[in-house]
Order: sequence, then C-alpha cells, then structure tokens
Amino acid sequence: MSEAKTLFEKVWAEHVVVPETAATPAVLYIDLHLIHEVTTPQAFALLRERDLPVRRPDLTLATMDHSTPTTPVSSFRDLAVVGEGAANQIRQMEQNCRDFGIDLYGFGSEQRGIVHVIGPELGASQPGKTIVCGDSHTSTHGAFGALAFGIGTTEVGHVLATQCLLQRKPRSLAVNLTGQLPEGVSAKDVILAIIGEIGVDGGTGHVIEYRGEAIRSLDMESRMTICNMSIEAGARAGLIGPDDTTIEYLAGRPRVPQGDDWDAAVKRWKGLCSDEDADFDRSVSIDAAKLQPMVTFGTNPGMVVGVNDPVPDADDASFRKALEYMKVTPGKPMSENPVDVVFIGSCTNGRLSDLQDAARILEGRKVADGVRMLVVPGSQQIKKRAEELGLHRVFAEAGAEWRESGCSMCLGMNGDTVASGQLSVSTSNRNFEGRQGIGARTVLASPATAAASAVMGRVADPRTLN
Amino acid sequence: MDALTTLHSRTVVLATRDIDTDQIIPARFLTTTTREGLGDALFHDLRYDQDGAQRAGFPLNDPATRDCEILVAGNNFGCGSSREHAPWALLDYGFRAVISTEFADIFRSNSLKNGLLPIIVDVDTHDWLIANPGIELHIDVRESRLALPDGRVIEYPIDAFARYCLTQGIDQLGYLQQQSEAITAFEENRSWKP
Repeated sequence: MSEAKTLFEKVWAEHVVVPETAATPAVLYIDLHLIHEVTTPQAFALLRERDLPVRRPDLTLATMDHSTPTTPVSSFRDLAVVGEGAANQIRQMEQNCRDFGIDLYGFGSEQRGIVHVIGPELGASQPGKTIVCGDSHTSTHGAFGALAFGIGTTEVGHVLATQCLLQRKPRSLAVNLTGQLPEGVSAKDVILAIIGEIGVDGGTGHVIEYRGEAIRSLDMESRMTICNMSIEAGARAGLIGPDDTTIEYLAGRPRVPQGDDWDAAVKRWKGLCSDEDADFDRSVSIDAAKLQPMVTFGTNPGMVVGVNDPVPDADDASFRKALEYMKVTPGKPMSENPVDVVFIGSCTNGRLSDLQDAARILEGRKVADGVRMLVVPGSQQIKKRAEELGLHRVFAEAGAEWRESGCSMCLGMNGDTVASGQLSVSTSNRNFEGRQGIGARTVLASPATAAASAVMGRVADPRTLN
Repeated sequence: MDALTTLHSRTVVLATRDIDTDQIIPARFLTTTTREGLGDALFHDLRYDQDGAQRAGFPLNDPATRDCEILVAGNNFGCGSSREHAPWALLDYGFRAVISTEFADIFRSNSLKNGLLPIIVDVDTHDWLIANPGIELHIDVRESRLALPDGRVIEYPIDAFARYCLTQGIDQLGYLQQQSEAITAFEENRSWKP
C-alpha cells in the first residue's frame, strides 16, 4: 500500500471526526454549508420541532436563487410574479435565517446570486474545504480543490444541527485531459464530451479528479463549469488540484484568510495536490486536441454529439424514446434544427467570461427573427461588472433580454420557462424531459454555441461566426 | 420514519433507463415547504397530459397497479437533482421499495433516510422483473433478501447502518448528536479553522 495520496483522500482524511467501520459510516466535518430557499424549509422545520439551534451559523452561507424572479424586486409585492408557493418559500427563508442567526444574501444584497456562483465570488469556496449544499451542482466548488457535493434535505438538517454528515468514502476516478484545447472549444464542450464518453452513470459512487495539461491551462471560471457538471456523469463530486490560478483568483476576496493567515493558507493549499504516484480506483483519458463544440441531442447530458456531426442511432427503447421527445432525426446533424429559445445563464455558464463569450458572438449581430433570447447573470456582482463593461448593451442591441440574477430557465421554477414543443439552446446543465418547462426540448451547449444559435436561428457552430 | 422489516407486494414496472428526479417530480412542485402530499405530483408529466388527463399506457394509470408498493425501474434510477422531494413523492404515493440495477448516489442516500428501500439486483434478475410486471415479491429487509415467486431468493447489497436505521425506524440525526463530544474536540484540535 503506497503512502501517496490523492487530493480527495487528503481532504477526506482531514475531515474525519469519527472513522468509518463495517457497522457505521464516517462522521465527516463540513467547513462550509451553502443553503437556499428550496431545499431547506423542511430541515429548519425539523430543528424547530426538536428545539435545536444551528451549530455553526458562521459556517453557513445563505442566499435565494431557485424560485426568485429575474425581473427587479423592490418589494414583496413584486414576488407575485413567481406565484404564491415560491413567494412563501422566499419569506420562510428570510424568517429562518433571522431566527437561526444565519447571514442571508437576500433581496437588496449586492452579493445575492446563484449559490454556486457567490460561494467562489465571496472567496468562501477554498482549497481543502468540505463544502455541501442541498443542490447537486455543489460539485462546482471542487474547481478550487475542495471536496464539494450535493445532499438531500434530511442531510441539510444534519449539517445545520451538527456541522457533520454520515458518509461512506467514495471511490476515486481520474479523468486525464491530455493535449491542448483547440481554438473555439470551451470548458462546456470539454465536460459534455467527458459525460458522453463515460456516460450519465459513469461516475456513480466516485469522486472525479480532472487532471492534465488542458485542465491546468484553464481559468477558474472554466474549471467551475467542468466541475459543475460532474454530477451529470453521476459522480459524487469533481475536483481539480489547486495551483497558482486558484490562488490568484482567491487573493483579495472578502472571505479568504487575511494577513499571516493568508500566507499559511496558501502554503497549506499548495500541498493539497494529488501525489505523483497516488493511485486512483479508475482512470480515463481524453485527448483535448480532438474536441470540438458539443451539443446534446437527447434527454440526458450523456446524449451528446459534435455540433456538425450526425445524430447517432441505437436499437434501444430508452434511446428512441428520447429522440422522439426531442423530434430529432438520427443521421442528421443538430445544426439542421431551428431554435425557438436561447438561454445564457445558470451555475454552469452564468459567470462573467460566459457572458463575454456570448457577447463576442452577438456584437454587431441580431438575434434571428422569432427567437427569444434570455441572458441571466449568475449573480448581482456579475450583473454589475457586465454592465460596467457594456455587455448589457450588446445583448439589448442584439435583441436579447437582460435580467437580474438567479437560476431562472435552467429549471423554470420562477416562471422563466420554455413553452411546450419549443427547442431551447441552453447553457445550463440538464436536458431532461420537461426540465425547462412542460414539453420543452433542451439542447445543452456552450455560451458561444448558444449565442451563435440565436443569431442563426438554428443550432450553430460558433466557429463559423468568428 | 416508519420501520420497514418485511414487504410483500406486487410490482409495477417502469422500464426506461435514467429516470431522473425531474421526471419523478418536476421542479414546479418544489415550491412546497412541507414533505407531505407530494404523491399527486409523482411522475406528473408522465402520468398526465397538459390538459390534466391521464396518459393511456403509463403503468401507474392502470388501476390494477394502485396498491403496488414495489417499483421496478430501469438502470440509473433517480439521477439528476438532489431533491429529496423525489423519495417523499414515491413514499406519499405508496411505494416502499424501488428495484433497479443502479441508483444515483444522492437519490439512494435520500431514500434510505426516509424509509424507501432501494434494491440493486443483477442484470438477469432485473430483465426478468421487467418482463414480468405485477408479480408478487417478498422482501425481508432484516436479511437483505428478495424472494421471487418461483422460489429464487436473492441477497441484495445494503449498507449495514442504513439497514439498521430502516428496520428500527430510527433517523440518523440522533446518532450524529451522540457524537457531539467528538465533534467539539475535532473543532478545537484541528490545525486550521475554516
């Protein structure tokens, strides 16, 4: 047995409060608990029922993102746009945070935004931390070399009450991305290609570590896009070893350690990377140089194809059912499909560089007639920064709608939905049946591909517009 | 959580692979602040068309399946979102067990914490169960065994702690609270503070 450890093993080992046995799982300490309005009300209800406090409100960070409107909210009356259920959920979140002493980045806060966007933005997501949230896309924070994973509402209650979770140690999977990405191919294309390769259950029971030259050369926002969709391959979490890119991103952010503590933290973070001869339970290699812009053609993120390649066929009932739902024809490329809606946003692709990628395509061009395009920044900070750069004008002049931050059309909980039968090219993470609205047909793509599709009025290769 | 020690029921089959939690309960039903009453939303858009009429041919719409407590589903059931509303909806509808060849991690964890038993079987057994909807199964949760009507008995894998909680009907928060001293010691002794 070698002494060499993977990044995941190092982070895991540092957080074991009580080791696991055959009869009992490990008690694992959680350094950062992110909470939002949709998956917490029942957990707070349990605390009230048992008269329990929140053990570490200081390690709990709250915002509202899922059921919130993306039109401006100046008073609770404005919440009517999202319906009574959602408005009630939002009011309960405010009440729960007040009663249990948790800082809430709520309406009126300049730091409000999608929970997986503001954690990194505030510098709360740091290397070596354990981070959980009642949301499967918590894997996003793995981009910092944190062990970050989604949990259910019962477990949200466990963390609120004890700051710990009961966990069995997952297995490890190395995804090596060799070579360099070609021009015009983005992080979203990379992760879609990886999911296409290993399948939507290829990572089940595993924590993925993304490695290799192509990963090292990516900026933090791109790394977040990749880690974000680890769950779409079924993985428990996805992480990337911290390096100078990670440290530069974090420097100066509000929630990072200060002064001598910063120096000590940087020293600790640098020792976290997987040891050179560390063993992974499984490993997969992908040649980045061969990748191209990717789009989905079916009803899960593993049903993916190069934007100009023909849609495959398979003699399989589930596969055929997906194609029938999507109204796509095997043998023909996705680029033949007309588009009704384009959505730029979400915890996958709602960060500043994503908006810049889309704006670069849209500058001096128009959204095609009959196409509705919605641009939803991932946070209020990103919105502000994008407006300073004039991106909102590029979007408006092209004919796209510019909104307040939130999850929005990724899951259509807040009234931002795609109508039945319409085809949506979306930078979000899930093309499940009905995800963006009843009967909505979703094609997942990068921001550049989505913007190019808006301009062309059909699914389009962004490289043809550069 | 109600204790689950044995289960005897007919099966209902949804053979499709990769049924995600958005299919199990669409996001628009997640604005609730309670756990109750989600059975009506279970598989909503698969059960009903956009006018609210039942879709013919969807297995749960067959009145003969109404009292089935065991769902047999295609591979990788429960993938996608972490919403615990998925097992809540299955339980509220009346299911106590789901059988598949594989479950998504978060769904499986959520199910076990609510008294819904996820059972993993081999491909051959799964194929047979898919091909024979409505058969009677007997599940002995204490022994982790599944008895088929033809006399075959299959042992299925389950975490020992989860099985203990399931058969005793206890939740895991109590166990975690008992670790309070160890948690405090961990917080005080760790080399860096988050």
